[in-house]
Parts: sequence; C-alpha cells; structure tokens
Amino acid sequence: MLPHLDAAYNLARWLTRDATAAEDVVQEAMLRALTYFASFKGVNPRAWLLQIVRNAAYASASLERGMQFVPIAATAEPGAVAAEDLVSSADDPEAALIKTRGERQVRELIAALPVELREPLVLRELEELSYKEIAEITRIPIGTVMSRLFRARQLLARSAARGEAT
Amino acid sequence: MIAAPECDKVLLVQAELDGELDAAEAAALGAHRAECPICQAAAAELAQARALIDARLYHAMPEDVRGRLMAQIAAAQRPRRTADSPQGASPLPGRWRQWWSRWWSSAAGFGLGAVCAAALAFLVIAPQAPDLAEQIVSGHIRALQPGHLEDVPSSDQHTVKPWFDGRIDFAPPVKDLAAQRFPLRGGRLDYVAGRQVAALVYQRDKHVIDLFVWPAAQSAARPNQTAERQGYNVVHWVQDGMNLWAVSDLEAGQLREFAEDWRRSP
Repeated sequence: MLPHLDAAYNLARWLTRDATAAEDVVQEAMLRALTYFASFKGVNPRAWLLQIVRNAAYASASLERGMQFVPIAATAEPGAVAAEDLVSSADDPEAALIKTRGERQVRELIAALPVELREPLVLRELEELSYKEIAEITRIPIGTVMSRLFRARQLLARSAARGEAT
Repeated sequence: MIAAPECDKVLLVQAELDGELDAAEAAALGAHRAECPICQAAAAELAQARALIDARLYHAMPEDVRGRLMAQIAAAQRPRRTADSPQGASPLPGRWRQWWSRWWSSAAGFGLGAVCAAALAFLVIAPQAPDLAEQIVSGHIRALQPGHLEDVPSSDQHTVKPWFDGRIDFAPPVKDLAAQRFPLRGGRLDYVAGRQVAALVYQRDKHVIDLFVWPAAQSAARPNQTAERQGYNVVHWVQDGMNLWAVSDLEAGQLREFAEDWRRSP
C-alpha cells in the first residue's frame, strides 16, 4: 500500500491537468523527497511530500502546458468560456451514462478553476486535509486558504447549476 | 453578475461544514445562522459544491506509472552498481541517469543509502491519519452510553437506509446480516474524522458492533486492516468507494468474520 504516492499523483495531476506532466512532476518530487529526507524533522510526511510535489509542479511550468486557463463567466464575455460550453455536447444520451457525464462535467469545471482556487479545493475535498495542513503545503495564511476555498466552491456550484439549466 | 450582499460569517459557515469549528464555536454560529439569510444561502451553495465532488474524481496513481516509479527507486537502492557501471551500460533512461549519478556522487560520500531506504519506508508506510482507530473506539464507547446507540432502532434495512436520507450527504449501504448471526439493530449519525458519518449498529450475542461508514477519497478497494485499542477490536476496509470501520468488544476473529460477511453480502 502506497498511500502517499496516490496523494502525490492526485495533486500533481490536478495541478498540471495532464497525465504526462503529472508523472514527470511526481518523479521529480520523489527524487527531491529522497534527497532531502535527512533534513525532514516534521511529523506529517504526507503534507511534507505534497509540499514538494506542489513546488515541483510550479517549477515545471507544466501548469501552463496542459489546458489553457480561461475564467468561467456567467455570460460569454470575450475571452471567457461560458460554463455551458464546458459541457460536451458529444455526451452519450443514455440515462445510464448520466452519472459518467456528471462526473466528467464536474472534472472539467474544476479543471477550469484558476490554479490558486483549484489547489485548496483538491487538497480539502480529495485529500481531506485540514485548513492548517493546506496552509502549510501552499504556504499561504489560513484566512486566505478559507477565502480561496470559499470562492472555489462558489464558482463550482454556480457553474454546475448553469450547466444543468441548459 | 450582481454582487451578492456579504456577511463576514460565511467563512465560519464553511469552516463548520469542514469540521474545523469546536462545539462552542459551532453553537455560537448556529445562533447567528438561524437569523442570517446570507449564511443560509452560503451553506446551501457550499453543500451543493461539496456534493459534486466524490471519490471518482480522485486520480490514484495508475499501475504503469507506479511500476516505472518503483523501478527507478529500486535502481536507486543499488547505488554502487549503478554508480560503478559505465555510463553507456546504465539501465536508466537519460534524464534519470543524469540525476541519479549526480545525486549518488554526492550522496555516496555521506553514506546516505540507508537514509534513502529509511525515507522511502517512512513515506510509504507512515499512516495517513494520526490515529483514526482511536477516534473510532472513542465514538463507539460514547455511543454505548444508555440511550445513545441508535437514532433509528430497527432490524429492517429498508427502514434504516431511508432514515439517513436528508440527514447526511451520502447514502450509506445498509445490509442485514441476520442470516450470518449478526442482526442489524439500527443506525445513528455520528461524528468522526472531522465529518458526519453514518453508524450502523449490529449485534452478535451480547456484543454490540458499530460500523462507521463514510465516502472514501480513494475508491480503490483496500484489504482489511485490524487494530486493537483499549480492549476493543477495530477492522477497517474500503469497499465500493466507502470507508468502513467496524468496532466491537467481540474477539478479533469474530469481528474479522463480521467484516468478511459484510463485504461479501450483496
């Protein structure tokens, strides 16, 4: 069982939004983790490894490589993508696939969030980390973690609601 | 978009949903929230967002990626051979060869091979939660106080399962194992690991079994893990995207039997 490797890959994948870039980031991060482990004095190896993964992801510039980041807007402004457009019209109409479709849609909506909002959302909802741990990993104050998480959820709920309305 | 009016307590509403408030803070917030439409709306929106995200969105490391990574790490644990082999004959691909040779040329001098192995073991083996088993046992003991065991006392799974609708943000799987001599007694809401969870109550003879259930972040099924705390036995497994923790004063073998029966039961 390798729980921290899953966590490392999950974060890398959500930050880079690309399978190849995520694998590079995790390899790089594991290498750094093994190198610097001697200086690790903390008690939370998972948070420590995720911090290294995060740094590796930001350093790799792959955050720009994957999908291009555009803001989600309520109405289609120039340069912005309306939430409705994120729902692929090629989805299978079968009722049995509604769940899959919902999952894909949510995936796309989260991927479309700006990275500074996506990051705390993924760490909180998928890694189930505390605010304190997220603050440590991302090196931002807890208050900022809370407000970014709030905005991330607000954007997600609203864009999903618009997606369903169409 | 029209800017919504704001309330400076909305971040506390979120903190409560995330299990970050203590009981006193939560009570103070509850009083405010009852009278604040902005906080009520925020709570509804936050709950919607949270309901969208589940374990299917988790990117567990694919087997092929894991294989490649472990191969690189295994290669790193044979430092001398890798370092001594001629550059051209090294089995590592270019980028890694470069990294490892650079690393080992510095590391070998400091005898870091052992540290590498220790680091790997630590990263790989260290438990995720400080001690969830402890929390589970505490929850069980708390529930054993008179009158706390079941919110919905019923041996009928079709009564217990719908009872959770609207009380909790997921639908817990409820099974009756009367045929396996673990009859269902009922269910209740409980609070573990910073979130609301479903607790199903079963019985074997005079022994009460609590089964705590909540959605797992990683959906990959996990084999049983067992622990013993304060004389209680705990069995943990992951199945169908749910975290399952069984706890009882039953002896360990019987509790494992319960877990296996539950796992196999449709």
